[in-house]
Amino acid sequence: MNSTTVFIPRDSGALSLGAERVAVALMVEANRRRLDLTIVRNGSRGLYWLEPMIEVATPQGRIAYGPVAAEDVALLLDADFLHGGDHRLRLGPPEDIPYLRKQERLTFARVGVIDPLSLEDYRAHGGYQGLTRAVSMKPEEIVEELVLSGLRGRGGAGFPAGIKWRTTLQAASEQKYIVCNADEGDSGTFSDRMIMEGDPLVLLEGMTIAALAVGATRGFIYLRSEYPHALRTLSEAIALAERAGYLGNDVCGSGKAFRIDVRVGAGAYICGEETAMLESLEGKRGMVRFKPPLPAIAGLFGRPTVVNNVITLATVPTILERGGNFYKGYGMGRSLGTLPIQLAGNVKRPGLIEKAMGVTLRELVYDFGGGTASGRPLRAVQVGGPLGAYFPESMLDLPLDYETLAAKGGLVGHGGIVVFDDTVDMARQARYAMEFCALESCGKCTPCRIGSTRGVEVIDRLIAARDGEKQRAVALLRDLCDTMTAGSLCALGGLTPLPVTSALRHFPEDFGLPATAWQER
Amino acid sequence: MVILRRVQDALGWVPRGAVPVIADIVNLSRAEVHGVVSFYHDFRPEPPGRTVVRLCRAESCQAAGGEALADHVQNRLGLKFGQTTRDGSFTLEAVYCLGNCACSPAAVIGDELIGRLTPDRFDQIIASAERVRR
Ligand SMILES: Cc1cc2nc3c(=O)[nH]c(=O)nc-3n(C[C@H](O)[C@H](O)[C@H](O)COP(=O)(O)O)c2cc1C
Ligand code: SF4
Ligand code: FES
Repeated sequence: MNSTTVFIPRDSGALSLGAERVAVALMVEANRRRLDLTIVRNGSRGLYWLEPMIEVATPQGRIAYGPVAAEDVALLLDADFLHGGDHRLRLGPPEDIPYLRKQERLTFARVGVIDPLSLEDYRAHGGYQGLTRAVSMKPEEIVEELVLSGLRGRGGAGFPAGIKWRTTLQAASEQKYIVCNADEGDSGTFSDRMIMEGDPLVLLEGMTIAALAVGATRGFIYLRSEYPHALRTLSEAIALAERAGYLGNDVCGSGKAFRIDVRVGAGAYICGEETAMLESLEGKRGMVRFKPPLPAIAGLFGRPTVVNNVITLATVPTILERGGNFYKGYGMGRSLGTLPIQLAGNVKRPGLIEKAMGVTLRELVYDFGGGTASGRPLRAVQVGGPLGAYFPESMLDLPLDYETLAAKGGLVGHGGIVVFDDTVDMARQARYAMEFCALESCGKCTPCRIGSTRGVEVIDRLIAARDGEKQRAVALLRDLCDTMTAGSLCALGGLTPLPVTSALRHFPEDFGLPATAWQER
Repeated sequence: MVILRRVQDALGWVPRGAVPVIADIVNLSRAEVHGVVSFYHDFRPEPPGRTVVRLCRAESCQAAGGEALADHVQNRLGLKFGQTTRDGSFTLEAVYCLGNCACSPAAVIGDELIGRLTPDRFDQIIASAERVRR
């Protein structure tokens, strides 16, 4: 009898919903029934409301079932799910689920599909073709391919990746570094984690291409300590790649060396800022550095260093494989390519949605997300993490595009969208933004360190103030935000005013203010 | 950092007494090492309880009922955030995003990440942690 393959995610989101118990239950039950099956621990497809979602390989393709609890396993076997049998949890072929079918998955093409720790699987699905091509190219050619693609940094700042690489390539030095920013501190985001757990080899391949492009021989992945599963998967993937000659002294017969080490952070949001991260990698307090010099010229241990986000680097192999022109065929304006969007908060169908940039918030929140999970009216969305703006329902037609959102006082950030229903108190959210800044400030500059603590007090005063005194508190808060925006060294202090002022502008009633209280100047 | 990480992972905290020892090994002053320890949230200055509850208090979890859950958790354990029970059985900590926002509200209890946590589920987990101990 042929062995049937069943896929059960090892993604930590799926594990947090009991995927491990499902896998154990299936093994035990299969043993008892003397069934011959192979369990593959894949990544998550990113349809989290259906997790744990398991899939079985049938001659007609894969069939998904979910959300599966350990108690469902025996019943599923009774229903002959190993041959795609009918059951109330049967979802059909995963690719036909509208949430997946409507996506444009490039960076996430393999996540949830393959065994993350199988080189064979990875190669069978297009893995290492980008690197193979890069090995045959001159460093300048690799860099120009990336410039052509228009890929911008997905960590938050949106700086063109190719330009950064070019700077490091042109910097003369014996030693250069590639640093992967896997700190993923933004609340509402988890795409880095999904890549590292679901397709870690693509990240290693992207870093290796970066190394060939700029002439680096050492790479570091700075991983947040909240991700123990990602650490395990990455470490195993690095060992696999080394054994197969994709990392080491002679990368793919190129004669060039490249090694990657993982370094685990210690719980500090500011260490996601690239220069604070470099300090931390050097073993110090994560204090933000003055720029210039740019890390691309003088970064880790003073050497030229490319710092890129996980998603940025994981997108590089696709670009090298299919060409910069192919990639820039997606997107709008100066926001090219696809963006892995993370939908979370009070939403019916939370998950990972990779779409060409320019998709509107409304499509994401309603067509994909299905509206609020509570069934109550949607009141606000926060886009781009804790430093991103809050937008009201009336602004949901905004496209996800760097320039459009910036013009509306917001940002794309790392692509996280958090949905709130009408029970949200926006004054409380504004206060929280200041509180978070106070908690995570590295302390280097006064507007951020002192300003955020003052900001909490001023918001408290504003909420408590009687009508006659409100305007004074608003003026005070406005001044404080202006000072933070203008006088902060990095974006923590510089952008914390975004969630605060957007809450005031769009939801003044939550502060007990009239609609006109926060006039644009 | 790497050494501190090992100490923290092995002991669950970084004892004051470890600072001069580490300072000697890495050839830095005690003040410098202490500065690093105090900068990062992960490095605990005091030993934690036997079961550490780390509840996410960031935006996605707030939006999905995290605030009510936080009240419940504090009542159930009789702790505020940052405190340890007198008998040393539980420590309650606030964290800001566990990267499990699509399964909000999220928490780490002991070593296990839990998604879509409800007050009932929380009580079950805590009760079974208490049972194991007896
Ligand atoms: C306070 C703060 C936190 C940040 N956190 C992260 C993070 O968690 N992950 C990340 O990739 N970039 C983060 N960034 C952005 C980095 O500074 C940097 O722009 C990025 O790593 C560059 O890579 P990219 O060009 O590929 O995006 C943060 C920036 C600031 C100011
Ligand atoms: S803005 Fe805040 S976090 Fe950034 S450098 Fe200044 S004090 Fe540090
Ligand atoms: S906001 Fe709670 S896990 Fe991300």
